[in-house]
Amino acid sequence: MPITFQKQDSDFLLVFRGDFINFEISSALNDFIKSLPENAKIKTISFNTEKLSDWDSSFVSFLYQVLLVIKEKNLGYSLENLPDNLKHLLELSFERALIPPSAKPQQSDWLEKIGDWALRVLSALKKGMSFIDETYFSFIRLLFKKAVLRKEDFLFALDDCGPKAIGIVSLISFMVGLILAFVGALQLKTFGAQIYVASLVTIGMVRIMGAIMVGIIMAGRTGASFAATIGTMQVNEEVDALRTMGIPVSDFLVLPRISALVIAMPILTCLADFMGILGGASVGILLLDITPSEFWLYAWKAFNLTNFWVGVFHGVVFGIIISLCGCYYGINCGRNADSVGVATTKAVVSAIVWMIVITGIITVILKEFNI
Amino acid sequence: MITPPAIQVENLTLAYGNRVLLKNADFSVKKGDIFIIMGASGSGKSSLLRILTGLTKPASGKILINGTDFLNASEEQQLNIMKKCGILYQSGALFSSMTLAENIALPLQQYSTYSKEDISYLVSLKLALVGLAGFEEFYPSEISGGMKKRAGLARALALDPEILYFDEPSAGLDPVSSRLLDNLMMDINQSLGTTLVVVTHELDSIFTIAKNAIFIDATTQTISARGNPHELLKNPPNENIYKFLTRGKNHA
Ligand SMILES: Nc1ncnc2c1ncn2[C@@H]1O[C@H](COP(=O)(O)OP(=O)(O)OP(=O)(O)O)[C@@H](O)[C@H]1O
Ligand SMILES: [Mg+2]
Repeated sequence: MPITFQKQDSDFLLVFRGDFINFEISSALNDFIKSLPENAKIKTISFNTEKLSDWDSSFVSFLYQVLLVIKEKNLGYSLENLPDNLKHLLELSFERALIPPSAKPQQSDWLEKIGDWALRVLSALKKGMSFIDETYFSFIRLLFKKAVLRKEDFLFALDDCGPKAIGIVSLISFMVGLILAFVGALQLKTFGAQIYVASLVTIGMVRIMGAIMVGIIMAGRTGASFAATIGTMQVNEEVDALRTMGIPVSDFLVLPRISALVIAMPILTCLADFMGILGGASVGILLLDITPSEFWLYAWKAFNLTNFWVGVFHGVVFGIIISLCGCYYGINCGRNADSVGVATTKAVVSAIVWMIVITGIITVILKEFNI
Repeated sequence: MITPPAIQVENLTLAYGNRVLLKNADFSVKKGDIFIIMGASGSGKSSLLRILTGLTKPASGKILINGTDFLNASEEQQLNIMKKCGILYQSGALFSSMTLAENIALPLQQYSTYSKEDISYLVSLKLALVGLAGFEEFYPSEISGGMKKRAGLARALALDPEILYFDEPSAGLDPVSSRLLDNLMMDINQSLGTTLVVVTHELDSIFTIAKNAIFIDATTQTISARGNPHELLKNPPNENIYKFLTRGKNHA
């Protein structure tokens, strides 16, 4: 036993022997607390380290905990017999302590939590609305040539969400067209109506699937990158710098991105429509023995300009949603490394949710007008 | 047996591409020393520190840490040496997703055999040593810059290092906090016997804490002065060090 506890009259002595390297603090601490006589009056607790040889900070930790216990119980103690450096370290641990600010907020009950949640939702809504407001005014300013839209930023964003997205958009929409045709064909074949695969794919892609696929791809690709870029700028205090220079964040960061995406989205939607039909055609021609000319004839018959414009309109709306979500969460990003990740996730998820919600609303409205 | 110096640097050349910062430098740091690396901005102090801590490799030269060749050691030996070195980065470099307690516990969990409970005792001692007792459950974002430095120091102390490196510890601190940090560094040096290697150009701090120092001279790419800063001020070996130690004032 490297520590022995000795009680002499009103004094209590801790005697240490040997090495205290990688020493088990908790069990020794328990022993100490147990051997402290409960009721007997103790004047001073002191230490004997004559036979102490080597020690590391686990030993200091132990002594520190012992002193904490002693202080809590309001007992007397003396550090006299400790080696100088040990004594110094212990004194240091109690000296100059900064006082933690008032205790951290406690867990609240469920009623409080609901109220808290409601308040947070409300303030988030307000923040979102004022962000949209600000962006709207930026656009007005842009129309009257009062906003600074840096051409470089705009072209960079346009290049990023236009040409660089063509590959992935083409591939995915081709596959979607292919799947749509394949699944449809299985059903239509039972009626011998496989030729209508062409109409199915055309109407499906052009009216809504093209726009939705592009929307989802661009939310993951460009929306996320907007949020990450602006979020990192927030972390580096670049956004603050802009604000203090009096440059509206919405002009400088949001405008170029929204403009770029709003221009790119309809074009990408057309591309997706075309690639989807191509995917459908490859199924029809290769698997269903439809001749190419037949396929194109039925596809062309099914193609209708209203549907086309509805699809393109969705593309534009999705572009606005994605860039708003990306920029909003980027600008409202926290100040540490995690927060950029959180902002990116939120941007993508909320963009997709809003796209679905808005699609529903548009569909209902169009139905009212019989479009 | 003569104990080898904590750090011995031989014939070290520091360069980025063909831009040489330091040519054939030699110096050694005694055990228990407080060793200051001085030099003008851009003279390569931080780069030298990166090399001493194994983050980058020098163009050429030899570094012995506690007598072991650091650069040519096996990976395991290098890791063992690095475990004996603590580093305080300029901004504290605390992990923002962890509480202070978790930050300090991390190296202990990784490299020691202590039980969970013992680790928490060690953590509270380290925090108390730097004056942050009771801040265990705070996140780095909830404390001030000076506190972050202290917490970073607590983490650097976690494994009872033999050598502690500091890159500009007093940068961004108010004079009082920076004096407190200086005192803390001297206390740690005195009671734990830790060797401190400090990059700084804070003259106050240099004259208060330094036992030894070197001056990296950007014009000659050499160590143009070495020794105790008070001595260097009395008998400056060249004009650059004199200007540095007197803030460029009163030279003829
Ligand atoms: N990764 C790098 N690649 C190329 N050059 C570099 C690199 N890092 C630093 N340098 C150059 O090396 C020189 C020394 O840089 P270092 O950061 O070591 O200076 P310092 O002495 O720490 O300066 P300060 O006091 O300003 O921190 C600088 O001129 C810098 O431009
Ligand atoms: Mg530096």
